[in-house]
Amino acid sequence: MATTTRANAAATAAGAGARAATRDTAVAAADREGRGTPAPWAKRHLLSLEELSCDEIGVLLDTAESFKEVLTRDVKKVPSLRGKTVANLFFEPSTRTRTSFEIAAKRLSADIINFQAAGSSVQKGESLVDTALNIQAMQADTVVVRHASSGASQLLARELDCSVVNAGDGIHEHPTQGLLDIFTIRERRDLEGLHVCLVGDIRHSRVARSNIWGLIKLGAQVTVCGPPTLIPHGIEEIGANVAYDLDSVLPTVDVLNILRIQFERQHGAFFPSIREYAVEYGISVERLRQAREEVLILHPQPMHRGIEIAAEVADGHHSAILDQVTNGVAVRMAVLFHTTLASSGPDS
Amino acid sequence: MAAADMDRSITRIAHEVVERNQPDSVALVGIRTRGVPLAERLRALIAEIAGVEPPLGRLDINLYRDDLSSVASYPVIGKTEIDFRLEERAVVLVDDVLYTGRTIRAAMDALIEFGRPRRIQLAVLVDRGHRELPIRADYVGKNLPTSEQEVVHVRFSEIDGHDEVVVVVKDAAAAAEER
Repeated sequence: MATTTRANAAATAAGAGARAATRDTAVAAADREGRGTPAPWAKRHLLSLEELSCDEIGVLLDTAESFKEVLTRDVKKVPSLRGKTVANLFFEPSTRTRTSFEIAAKRLSADIINFQAAGSSVQKGESLVDTALNIQAMQADTVVVRHASSGASQLLARELDCSVVNAGDGIHEHPTQGLLDIFTIRERRDLEGLHVCLVGDIRHSRVARSNIWGLIKLGAQVTVCGPPTLIPHGIEEIGANVAYDLDSVLPTVDVLNILRIQFERQHGAFFPSIREYAVEYGISVERLRQAREEVLILHPQPMHRGIEIAAEVADGHHSAILDQVTNGVAVRMAVLFHTTLASSGPDS
Repeated sequence: MAAADMDRSITRIAHEVVERNQPDSVALVGIRTRGVPLAERLRALIAEIAGVEPPLGRLDINLYRDDLSSVASYPVIGKTEIDFRLEERAVVLVDDVLYTGRTIRAAMDALIEFGRPRRIQLAVLVDRGHRELPIRADYVGKNLPTSEQEVVHVRFSEIDGHDEVVVVVKDAAAAAEER
Protein backbone atom coordinates (compact mmCIF):
# COMPACT_ATOMS: atom_id res chain seq x y z
CA MET A 1 0.00 0.00 0.00
CA ALA A 2 3.11 2.16 0.14
CA THR A 3 2.73 3.53 -3.35
CA THR A 4 -0.87 4.59 -3.00
CA THR A 5 -0.63 7.89 -4.80
CA ARG A 6 -2.58 10.68 -3.23
CA ALA A 7 -2.68 13.50 -5.71
CA ASN A 8 -4.55 15.39 -3.05
CA ALA A 9 -3.33 18.89 -2.10
CA ALA A 10 -1.12 18.10 0.88
CA ALA A 11 0.27 14.86 -0.54
CA THR A 12 3.63 14.20 -2.21
CA ALA A 13 5.40 16.83 -4.27
CA ALA A 14 3.54 20.12 -4.22
CA GLY A 15 3.40 22.87 -6.86
CA ALA A 16 0.91 24.00 -9.44
CA GLY A 17 2.63 22.09 -12.25
CA ALA A 18 2.33 18.77 -10.46
CA ARG A 19 -1.32 19.44 -9.67
CA ALA A 20 -2.14 20.31 -13.27
CA ALA A 21 -0.53 17.09 -14.38
CA THR A 22 -2.65 14.99 -12.03
CA ARG A 23 -5.73 16.78 -13.20
CA ASP A 24 -4.94 15.71 -16.75
CA THR A 25 -4.58 12.12 -15.74
CA ALA A 26 -7.82 12.31 -13.81
CA VAL A 27 -9.65 13.43 -16.94
CA ALA A 28 -7.98 10.79 -19.06
CA ALA A 29 -8.81 8.17 -16.47
CA ALA A 30 -12.41 9.37 -16.32
CA ASP A 31 -12.57 8.88 -20.08
CA ARG A 32 -11.29 5.38 -19.74
CA GLU A 33 -13.83 4.70 -17.00
CA GLY A 34 -16.57 5.36 -19.53
CA ARG A 35 -17.20 1.63 -19.97
CA GLY A 36 -15.95 1.29 -23.52
CA THR A 37 -16.85 4.90 -24.49
CA PRO A 38 -18.96 4.52 -27.63
CA ALA A 39 -20.99 7.52 -28.75
CA PRO A 40 -23.66 8.26 -26.12
CA TRP A 41 -27.25 8.04 -27.28
CA ALA A 42 -28.93 11.45 -27.44
CA LYS A 43 -31.89 11.14 -29.80
CA ARG A 44 -35.36 11.49 -28.30
CA HIS A 45 -37.11 10.10 -31.35
CA LEU A 46 -36.58 7.19 -33.68
CA LEU A 47 -38.20 8.18 -36.95
CA SER A 48 -36.02 6.53 -39.58
CA LEU A 49 -32.74 4.74 -40.14
CA GLU A 50 -31.87 7.39 -42.71
CA GLU A 51 -31.19 9.88 -39.91
CA LEU A 52 -29.02 7.54 -37.82
CA SER A 53 -25.27 7.25 -38.04
CA CYS A 54 -23.50 3.94 -38.33
CA ASP A 55 -22.42 4.32 -34.66
CA GLU A 56 -25.94 5.01 -33.47
CA ILE A 57 -27.25 1.92 -35.23
CA GLY A 58 -24.39 0.05 -33.56
CA VAL A 59 -25.42 1.30 -30.10
CA LEU A 60 -29.00 0.10 -30.64
CA LEU A 61 -27.89 -3.31 -31.92
CA ASP A 62 -25.41 -3.81 -29.07
CA THR A 63 -28.00 -2.83 -26.47
CA ALA A 64 -30.46 -5.21 -28.12
CA GLU A 65 -27.93 -8.00 -27.77
CA SER A 66 -27.78 -7.44 -24.00
CA PHE A 67 -31.57 -7.33 -23.80
CA LYS A 68 -31.81 -10.60 -25.68
CA GLU A 69 -30.07 -12.19 -22.70
CA VAL A 70 -32.74 -10.73 -20.38
CA LEU A 71 -35.38 -12.52 -22.45
CA THR A 72 -33.79 -15.89 -21.67
CA ARG A 73 -33.92 -15.46 -17.88
CA ASP A 74 -36.49 -16.99 -15.56
CA VAL A 75 -37.57 -13.49 -14.60
CA LYS A 76 -37.79 -11.79 -17.98
CA LYS A 77 -37.95 -8.30 -16.64
CA VAL A 78 -35.63 -5.45 -15.70
CA PRO A 79 -36.67 -2.31 -13.81
CA SER A 80 -35.06 0.18 -16.20
CA LEU A 81 -38.20 2.04 -17.30
CA ARG A 82 -40.14 1.65 -14.08
CA GLY A 83 -42.65 4.49 -13.76
CA LYS A 84 -42.51 5.39 -17.46
CA THR A 85 -45.51 5.14 -19.76
CA VAL A 86 -45.39 4.00 -23.36
CA ALA A 87 -48.43 4.53 -25.60
CA ASN A 88 -49.00 2.43 -28.71
CA LEU A 89 -50.86 4.57 -31.25
CA PHE A 90 -51.83 2.29 -34.10
CA PHE A 91 -53.84 3.74 -36.97
CA GLU A 92 -53.25 0.66 -39.12
CA PRO A 93 -53.76 -3.03 -38.40
CA SER A 94 -50.83 -4.85 -36.83
CA THR A 95 -50.26 -7.99 -34.81
CA ARG A 96 -46.52 -8.45 -34.58
CA THR A 97 -45.30 -4.90 -34.24
CA ARG A 98 -47.86 -3.80 -31.67
CA THR A 99 -47.51 -6.95 -29.56
CA SER A 100 -43.75 -6.78 -29.86
CA PHE A 101 -43.65 -3.17 -28.60
CA GLU A 102 -46.05 -4.12 -25.84
CA ILE A 103 -43.91 -7.01 -24.65
CA ALA A 104 -40.77 -4.89 -24.97
CA ALA A 105 -42.24 -2.14 -22.78
CA LYS A 106 -43.39 -4.66 -20.19
CA ARG A 107 -39.98 -6.36 -20.05
CA LEU A 108 -38.55 -2.94 -19.17
CA SER A 109 -41.20 -2.45 -16.44
CA ALA A 110 -42.88 0.45 -18.26
CA ASP A 111 -46.65 0.83 -18.29
CA ILE A 112 -48.23 0.51 -21.70
CA ILE A 113 -51.42 1.88 -23.18
CA ASN A 114 -52.78 0.42 -26.40
CA PHE A 115 -54.71 2.73 -28.62
CA GLN A 116 -56.31 1.52 -31.81
CA ALA A 117 -57.99 3.78 -34.32
CA ALA A 118 -60.90 1.40 -34.76
CA GLY A 119 -63.38 2.12 -32.00
CA SER A 120 -61.78 5.45 -31.04
CA SER A 121 -62.65 9.10 -31.54
CA VAL A 122 -60.72 9.02 -34.80
CA GLN A 123 -63.94 7.65 -36.25
CA LYS A 124 -65.68 10.82 -35.03
CA GLY A 125 -63.22 12.89 -37.03
CA GLU A 126 -60.47 13.65 -34.51
CA SER A 127 -57.15 14.55 -36.16
CA LEU A 128 -53.90 12.64 -35.67
CA VAL A 129 -52.23 15.48 -33.79
CA ASP A 130 -55.23 16.02 -31.48
CA THR A 131 -55.41 12.34 -30.66
CA ALA A 132 -51.69 12.27 -29.90
CA LEU A 133 -51.82 15.47 -27.81
CA ASN A 134 -54.52 13.88 -25.69
CA ILE A 135 -52.46 10.75 -25.14
CA GLN A 136 -49.51 12.95 -24.21
CA ALA A 137 -51.71 14.89 -21.79
CA MET A 138 -52.18 11.60 -19.95
CA GLN A 139 -48.42 11.78 -19.26
CA ALA A 140 -47.12 9.29 -21.79
CA ASP A 141 -43.33 9.40 -21.98
CA THR A 142 -43.03 7.70 -25.34
CA VAL A 143 -45.52 7.36 -28.17
CA VAL A 144 -45.14 4.52 -30.66
CA VAL A 145 -47.00 5.43 -33.81
CA ARG A 146 -48.10 3.54 -36.91
CA HIS A 147 -49.95 5.39 -39.61
CA ALA A 148 -50.86 4.94 -43.27
CA SER A 149 -49.42 8.35 -44.18
CA SER A 150 -45.70 8.76 -44.77
CA GLY A 151 -44.32 11.39 -42.41
CA ALA A 152 -46.94 10.90 -39.69
CA SER A 153 -44.32 10.19 -37.02
CA GLN A 154 -42.27 13.18 -38.17
CA LEU A 155 -45.33 15.39 -37.69
CA LEU A 156 -45.92 14.05 -34.19
CA ALA A 157 -42.25 14.46 -33.26
CA ARG A 158 -42.63 18.13 -34.12
CA GLU A 159 -45.89 18.61 -32.25
CA LEU A 160 -45.30 16.55 -29.10
CA ASP A 161 -42.88 16.98 -26.21
CA CYS A 162 -42.53 13.26 -25.55
CA SER A 163 -40.46 10.71 -27.47
CA VAL A 164 -41.87 9.42 -30.74
CA VAL A 165 -40.99 6.03 -32.18
CA ASN A 166 -42.00 5.28 -35.75
CA ALA A 167 -43.63 1.85 -36.03
CA GLY A 168 -44.23 2.26 -39.77
CA ASP A 169 -45.40 5.36 -41.62
CA GLY A 170 -47.03 4.78 -45.02
CA ILE A 171 -44.43 3.77 -47.57
CA HIS A 172 -41.62 5.74 -45.89
CA GLU A 173 -39.82 3.73 -43.19
CA HIS A 174 -40.27 1.06 -40.53
CA PRO A 175 -37.05 1.56 -38.59
CA THR A 176 -37.50 -1.08 -35.88
CA GLN A 177 -38.20 -3.72 -38.55
CA GLY A 178 -35.08 -2.60 -40.39
CA LEU A 179 -33.08 -2.85 -37.16
CA LEU A 180 -34.35 -6.31 -36.31
CA ASP A 181 -33.62 -7.56 -39.84
CA ILE A 182 -30.08 -6.20 -39.56
CA PHE A 183 -29.75 -7.63 -36.03
CA THR A 184 -30.83 -11.07 -37.27
CA ILE A 185 -28.32 -10.93 -40.12
CA ARG A 186 -25.54 -9.61 -37.85
CA GLU A 187 -26.01 -12.53 -35.46
CA ARG A 188 -25.03 -14.90 -38.26
CA ARG A 189 -22.88 -13.00 -40.74
CA ASP A 190 -20.37 -10.18 -41.01
CA LEU A 191 -22.23 -7.28 -42.62
CA GLU A 192 -19.21 -5.78 -44.36
CA GLY A 193 -19.48 -6.61 -48.07
CA LEU A 194 -22.47 -8.91 -47.55
CA HIS A 195 -24.90 -9.07 -50.48
CA VAL A 196 -28.52 -8.62 -49.39
CA CYS A 197 -31.34 -8.87 -51.91
CA LEU A 198 -34.80 -7.45 -51.19
CA VAL A 199 -37.39 -9.17 -53.39
CA GLY A 200 -40.91 -8.06 -54.13
CA ASP A 201 -43.01 -4.96 -53.69
CA ILE A 202 -40.26 -2.41 -53.15
CA ARG A 203 -42.46 0.51 -54.15
CA HIS A 204 -44.90 0.13 -51.28
CA SER A 205 -42.44 -1.22 -48.75
CA ARG A 206 -41.32 0.87 -45.78
CA VAL A 207 -39.40 -2.19 -44.63
CA ALA A 208 -37.34 -2.06 -47.84
CA ARG A 209 -36.37 1.59 -47.30
CA SER A 210 -35.31 1.04 -43.70
CA ASN A 211 -33.32 -2.02 -44.74
CA ILE A 212 -31.56 -0.17 -47.54
CA TRP A 213 -30.54 2.79 -45.38
CA GLY A 214 -29.36 0.69 -42.48
CA LEU A 215 -27.58 -2.04 -44.43
CA ILE A 216 -25.68 0.38 -46.64
CA LYS A 217 -24.53 2.41 -43.65
CA LEU A 218 -23.15 -0.78 -42.11
CA GLY A 219 -21.23 -1.72 -45.25
CA ALA A 220 -23.50 -4.28 -46.92
CA GLN A 221 -24.36 -4.30 -50.60
CA VAL A 222 -28.09 -4.14 -51.37
CA THR A 223 -29.97 -5.22 -54.49
CA VAL A 224 -33.70 -4.67 -54.90
CA CYS A 225 -35.53 -7.03 -57.22
CA GLY A 226 -39.10 -7.10 -58.46
CA PRO A 227 -41.32 -6.33 -61.42
CA PRO A 228 -40.44 -2.89 -62.91
CA THR A 229 -43.83 -1.53 -61.82
CA LEU A 230 -42.99 -2.24 -58.18
CA ILE A 231 -39.50 -0.71 -58.19
CA PRO A 232 -39.74 3.03 -57.47
CA HIS A 233 -37.82 5.54 -59.61
CA GLY A 234 -34.68 6.86 -58.01
CA ILE A 235 -34.12 3.97 -55.59
CA GLU A 236 -30.56 3.71 -57.03
CA GLU A 237 -29.86 7.16 -55.65
CA ILE A 238 -29.98 5.92 -52.06
CA GLY A 239 -27.46 3.25 -52.94
CA ALA A 240 -29.40 0.14 -53.96
CA ASN A 241 -28.72 -1.85 -57.13
CA VAL A 242 -31.77 -2.70 -59.18
CA ALA A 243 -32.47 -6.04 -60.83
CA TYR A 244 -35.58 -7.27 -62.59
CA ASP A 245 -34.49 -10.85 -63.22
CA LEU A 246 -34.30 -12.69 -59.91
CA ASP A 247 -32.60 -15.79 -61.32
CA SER A 248 -29.64 -13.73 -62.54
CA VAL A 249 -28.86 -12.25 -59.09
CA LEU A 250 -29.68 -15.27 -56.96
CA PRO A 251 -26.28 -17.04 -57.28
CA THR A 252 -24.42 -14.10 -55.65
CA VAL A 253 -26.90 -13.42 -52.85
CA ASP A 254 -26.02 -14.03 -49.16
CA VAL A 255 -29.34 -12.90 -47.67
CA LEU A 256 -32.79 -12.88 -49.28
CA ASN A 257 -35.28 -10.58 -47.59
CA ILE A 258 -38.63 -11.48 -49.15
CA LEU A 259 -41.30 -8.80 -49.02
CA ARG A 260 -45.04 -9.16 -49.11
CA ILE A 261 -47.13 -7.87 -51.99
CA GLN A 262 -49.00 -5.01 -50.34
CA PHE A 263 -52.39 -5.41 -51.96
CA GLU A 264 -53.88 -2.86 -49.57
CA ARG A 265 -51.62 -0.13 -50.90
CA GLN A 266 -51.84 -1.03 -54.58
CA HIS A 267 -54.37 0.98 -56.47
CA GLY A 268 -54.29 -0.40 -59.98
CA ALA A 269 -52.73 -3.40 -61.64
CA PHE A 270 -48.99 -3.64 -61.05
CA PHE A 271 -48.60 -7.12 -62.54
CA PRO A 272 -50.81 -9.30 -64.73
CA SER A 273 -51.72 -11.95 -62.15
CA ILE A 274 -50.71 -13.29 -58.79
CA ARG A 275 -49.84 -16.55 -60.49
CA GLU A 276 -47.47 -14.82 -62.86
CA TYR A 277 -45.84 -12.95 -59.98
CA ALA A 278 -45.35 -16.20 -58.10
CA VAL A 279 -43.70 -17.78 -61.14
CA GLU A 280 -41.34 -14.86 -61.75
CA TYR A 281 -40.49 -13.77 -58.21
CA GLY A 282 -41.82 -16.36 -55.76
CA ILE A 283 -39.08 -18.15 -53.81
CA SER A 284 -39.65 -21.84 -54.35
CA VAL A 285 -37.50 -24.76 -53.30
CA GLU A 286 -36.32 -25.23 -56.90
CA ARG A 287 -35.41 -21.57 -57.30
CA LEU A 288 -33.51 -21.56 -54.02
CA ARG A 289 -31.21 -24.29 -55.37
CA GLN A 290 -29.50 -21.61 -57.49
CA ALA A 291 -28.57 -19.66 -54.39
CA ARG A 292 -25.55 -20.18 -52.17
CA GLU A 293 -25.64 -23.13 -49.83
CA GLU A 294 -25.68 -20.89 -46.72
CA VAL A 295 -28.18 -18.30 -47.99
CA LEU A 296 -30.29 -16.74 -45.24
CA ILE A 297 -34.04 -16.22 -45.75
CA LEU A 298 -35.84 -13.35 -44.04
CA HIS A 299 -39.45 -12.18 -44.29
CA PRO A 300 -40.98 -9.36 -42.24
CA GLN A 301 -44.39 -11.11 -42.26
CA PRO A 302 -47.32 -11.40 -42.63
CA MET A 303 -46.43 -13.77 -45.44
CA HIS A 304 -48.47 -15.15 -48.27
CA ARG A 305 -47.34 -18.74 -48.45
CA GLY A 306 -47.38 -19.92 -52.04
CA ILE A 307 -47.14 -16.41 -53.53
CA GLU A 308 -43.88 -14.69 -52.61
CA ILE A 309 -42.53 -17.60 -50.58
CA ALA A 310 -43.13 -21.35 -50.68
CA ALA A 311 -44.18 -22.92 -47.40
CA GLU A 312 -41.20 -25.30 -47.54
CA VAL A 313 -38.83 -22.33 -47.79
CA ALA A 314 -40.53 -20.41 -44.99
CA ASP A 315 -40.20 -23.41 -42.68
CA GLY A 316 -36.88 -24.67 -44.07
CA HIS A 317 -33.42 -24.59 -42.56
CA HIS A 318 -32.36 -21.40 -44.38
CA SER A 319 -35.20 -19.48 -42.77
CA ALA A 320 -34.66 -17.12 -39.82
CA ILE A 321 -38.20 -15.78 -39.98
CA LEU A 322 -39.23 -16.71 -36.44
CA ASP A 323 -35.87 -15.58 -35.05
CA GLN A 324 -36.71 -12.19 -36.52
CA VAL A 325 -39.79 -12.10 -34.30
CA THR A 326 -37.80 -13.02 -31.18
CA ASN A 327 -35.14 -10.46 -32.00
CA GLY A 328 -37.84 -7.85 -32.62
CA VAL A 329 -38.64 -7.73 -28.90
CA ALA A 330 -34.99 -7.21 -27.96
CA VAL A 331 -34.51 -4.53 -30.61
CA ARG A 332 -37.65 -2.67 -29.52
CA MET A 333 -36.52 -2.85 -25.89
CA ALA A 334 -33.30 -1.17 -26.95
CA VAL A 335 -35.18 1.52 -28.88
CA LEU A 336 -37.67 2.23 -26.07
CA PHE A 337 -34.87 2.22 -23.51
CA HIS A 338 -32.69 4.75 -25.29
CA THR A 339 -35.41 7.10 -26.61
CA THR A 340 -37.37 7.17 -23.35
CA LEU A 341 -34.29 7.86 -21.26
CA ALA A 342 -33.12 10.51 -23.72
CA SER A 343 -36.31 12.46 -23.20
CA SER A 344 -36.27 12.13 -19.42
CA GLY A 345 -32.56 12.91 -19.07
CA PRO A 346 -31.18 16.08 -17.48
CA ASP A 347 -30.85 17.93 -20.79
CA SER A 348 -34.47 17.84 -21.80
CA MET B 1 -1.49 0.53 -3.98
CA ALA B 2 1.05 -1.23 -6.14
CA ALA B 3 0.67 -4.51 -8.02
CA ALA B 4 2.33 -6.54 -5.23
CA ASP B 5 0.00 -5.06 -2.59
CA MET B 6 -3.00 -5.84 -4.74
CA ASP B 7 -1.80 -9.42 -5.18
CA ARG B 8 -1.41 -9.90 -1.45
CA SER B 9 -4.86 -8.48 -0.71
CA ILE B 10 -6.56 -10.61 -3.34
CA THR B 11 -4.78 -13.73 -2.09
CA ARG B 12 -5.90 -12.99 1.47
CA ILE B 13 -9.51 -12.50 0.33
CA ALA B 14 -9.39 -15.85 -1.47
CA HIS B 15 -8.22 -17.54 1.76
CA GLU B 16 -10.97 -15.83 3.74
CA VAL B 17 -13.65 -16.93 1.26
CA VAL B 18 -12.49 -20.54 1.57
CA GLU B 19 -12.27 -20.26 5.35
CA ARG B 20 -15.80 -18.94 5.79
CA ASN B 21 -17.62 -21.14 3.27
CA GLN B 22 -17.87 -24.66 2.00
CA PRO B 23 -15.59 -24.25 -1.02
CA ASP B 24 -17.80 -26.43 -3.23
CA SER B 25 -20.85 -24.25 -2.56
CA VAL B 26 -19.18 -20.94 -3.40
CA ALA B 27 -20.01 -19.04 -6.59
CA LEU B 28 -18.42 -15.78 -7.67
CA VAL B 29 -20.26 -13.00 -9.48
CA GLY B 30 -18.18 -10.11 -10.80
CA ILE B 31 -19.83 -6.74 -11.33
CA ARG B 32 -18.93 -5.22 -14.68
CA THR B 33 -16.50 -3.75 -15.54
CA ARG B 34 -13.71 -4.13 -13.00
CA GLY B 35 -15.34 -6.60 -10.67
CA VAL B 36 -14.94 -9.18 -13.43
CA PRO B 37 -11.12 -9.44 -13.58
CA LEU B 38 -11.03 -9.40 -9.78
CA ALA B 39 -13.53 -12.27 -9.65
CA GLU B 40 -11.50 -14.18 -12.24
CA ARG B 41 -8.36 -13.86 -10.13
CA LEU B 42 -10.23 -14.96 -7.02
CA ARG B 43 -11.55 -17.98 -8.85
CA ALA B 44 -8.06 -19.06 -9.87
CA LEU B 45 -6.74 -18.58 -6.33
CA ILE B 46 -9.66 -20.43 -4.72
CA ALA B 47 -9.13 -23.30 -7.15
CA GLU B 48 -5.49 -23.44 -6.06
CA ILE B 49 -6.26 -23.28 -2.33
CA ALA B 50 -9.33 -25.50 -2.11
CA GLY B 51 -8.99 -27.68 -5.18
CA VAL B 52 -12.43 -26.78 -6.53
CA GLU B 53 -13.00 -24.07 -9.09
CA PRO B 54 -16.11 -22.08 -8.21
CA PRO B 55 -18.47 -21.07 -11.04
CA LEU B 56 -18.16 -17.49 -12.17
CA GLY B 57 -20.87 -15.09 -13.34
CA ARG B 58 -20.71 -11.60 -14.77
CA LEU B 59 -23.30 -9.02 -13.91
CA ASP B 60 -24.12 -5.71 -15.59
CA ILE B 61 -26.08 -3.57 -13.17
CA ASN B 62 -26.83 -0.60 -15.41
CA LEU B 63 -30.43 -1.67 -15.95
CA TYR B 64 -30.96 -1.66 -12.18
CA ARG B 65 -29.46 1.73 -11.39
CA ASP B 66 -31.65 4.07 -9.36
CA ASP B 67 -30.37 7.12 -11.27
CA LEU B 68 -30.99 5.91 -14.83
CA SER B 69 -33.23 8.86 -15.65
CA SER B 70 -30.73 11.41 -14.46
CA VAL B 71 -27.34 10.15 -15.56
CA ALA B 72 -25.56 12.54 -17.84
CA SER B 73 -24.23 10.06 -20.36
CA TYR B 74 -26.29 7.10 -21.32
CA PRO B 75 -25.03 3.82 -20.07
CA VAL B 76 -23.76 1.11 -22.31
CA ILE B 77 -25.58 -2.04 -21.37
CA GLY B 78 -23.15 -4.94 -21.09
CA LYS B 79 -24.05 -8.60 -21.09
CA THR B 80 -25.00 -10.43 -17.93
CA GLU B 81 -23.84 -14.04 -17.87
CA ILE B 82 -24.87 -16.28 -15.00
CA ASP B 83 -25.15 -19.80 -16.34
CA PHE B 84 -25.35 -21.78 -13.10
CA ARG B 85 -28.10 -22.17 -10.53
CA LEU B 86 -27.85 -19.90 -7.51
CA GLU B 87 -29.93 -22.09 -5.20
CA GLU B 88 -27.96 -23.50 -2.24
CA ARG B 89 -24.92 -21.46 -3.16
CA ALA B 90 -23.01 -18.84 -1.23
CA VAL B 91 -22.68 -16.14 -3.85
CA VAL B 92 -19.78 -13.76 -3.42
CA LEU B 93 -20.44 -10.49 -5.25
CA VAL B 94 -17.15 -9.01 -6.38
CA ASP B 95 -16.45 -5.37 -7.19
CA ASP B 96 -13.37 -3.18 -7.29
CA VAL B 97 -14.48 -0.22 -5.12
CA LEU B 98 -17.20 0.02 -2.45
CA TYR B 99 -18.41 3.62 -2.18
CA THR B 100 -22.07 4.67 -1.76
CA GLY B 101 -23.36 1.09 -1.80
CA ARG B 102 -25.82 1.83 -4.59
CA THR B 103 -24.08 -0.41 -7.09
CA ILE B 104 -24.26 -3.27 -4.61
CA ARG B 105 -27.96 -2.60 -3.96
CA ALA B 106 -28.56 -2.79 -7.73
CA ALA B 107 -26.44 -5.93 -8.01
CA MET B 108 -28.42 -7.68 -5.26
CA ASP B 109 -31.69 -6.79 -7.00
CA ALA B 110 -30.34 -8.15 -10.26
CA LEU B 111 -28.95 -11.29 -8.65
CA ILE B 112 -32.16 -12.19 -6.89
CA GLU B 113 -33.97 -12.28 -10.22
CA PHE B 114 -31.75 -15.18 -11.18
CA GLY B 115 -32.69 -17.30 -8.20
CA ARG B 116 -32.45 -17.60 -4.43
CA PRO B 117 -28.88 -17.98 -3.24
CA ARG B 118 -28.38 -19.39 0.28
CA ARG B 119 -26.41 -16.29 1.17
CA ILE B 120 -24.85 -13.33 -0.59
CA GLN B 121 -21.49 -11.97 0.50
CA LEU B 122 -19.54 -9.01 -0.78
CA ALA B 123 -15.84 -8.81 -1.66
CA VAL B 124 -14.20 -5.55 -2.68
CA LEU B 125 -10.61 -4.55 -3.27
CA VAL B 126 -11.06 -1.04 -1.85
CA ASP B 127 -13.59 0.28 0.65
CA ARG B 128 -13.45 4.05 0.41
CA GLY B 129 -16.31 4.88 2.81
CA HIS B 130 -19.18 7.38 2.29
CA ARG B 131 -21.97 4.81 2.32
CA GLU B 132 -25.48 6.01 1.47
CA LEU B 133 -27.15 2.67 2.16
CA PRO B 134 -26.85 0.16 5.01
CA ILE B 135 -24.42 -2.10 3.17
CA ARG B 136 -21.05 -3.48 4.27
CA ALA B 137 -18.44 -5.73 2.71
CA ASP B 138 -17.55 -9.20 4.04
CA TYR B 139 -14.08 -9.17 2.48
CA VAL B 140 -12.08 -5.97 2.04
CA GLY B 141 -8.67 -5.67 0.38
CA LYS B 142 -7.93 -2.28 1.84
CA ASN B 143 -9.85 0.36 3.74
CA LEU B 144 -8.97 3.65 2.12
CA PRO B 145 -10.40 6.74 3.80
CA THR B 146 -11.10 9.32 1.10
CA SER B 147 -12.85 12.62 0.70
CA GLU B 148 -15.79 12.94 -1.64
CA GLN B 149 -13.69 15.24 -3.81
CA GLU B 150 -11.46 12.31 -4.68
CA VAL B 151 -11.80 9.51 -7.20
CA VAL B 152 -10.42 6.02 -6.69
CA HIS B 153 -9.17 4.28 -9.79
CA VAL B 154 -8.51 0.57 -9.67
CA ARG B 155 -6.64 -0.72 -12.70
CA PHE B 156 -6.23 -4.34 -13.71
CA SER B 157 -3.72 -5.54 -16.25
CA GLU B 158 -6.52 -7.48 -18.01
CA ILE B 159 -8.28 -4.20 -18.88
CA ASP B 160 -5.84 -1.37 -18.29
CA GLY B 161 -2.50 -2.98 -19.05
CA HIS B 162 -1.15 -2.80 -15.49
CA ASP B 163 -2.20 -3.25 -11.85
CA GLU B 164 -2.55 -0.28 -9.51
CA VAL B 165 -4.88 1.64 -7.23
CA VAL B 166 -4.65 5.42 -7.29
CA VAL B 167 -6.58 8.22 -5.62
CA VAL B 168 -6.86 11.45 -7.56
CA VAL B 169 -8.66 14.74 -6.99
CA LYS B 170 -11.76 15.03 -9.09
CA ASP B 171 -11.45 17.51 -11.91
CA ALA B 172 -13.52 20.56 -10.94
CA ALA B 173 -15.51 20.46 -14.15
CA ALA B 174 -16.17 16.74 -13.88
CA ALA B 175 -17.26 17.30 -10.28
CA ALA B 176 -19.73 19.99 -11.33
CA GLU B 177 -21.12 17.72 -14.03
CA GLU B 178 -21.68 14.92 -11.61
CA ARG B 179 -23.77 17.06 -9.27
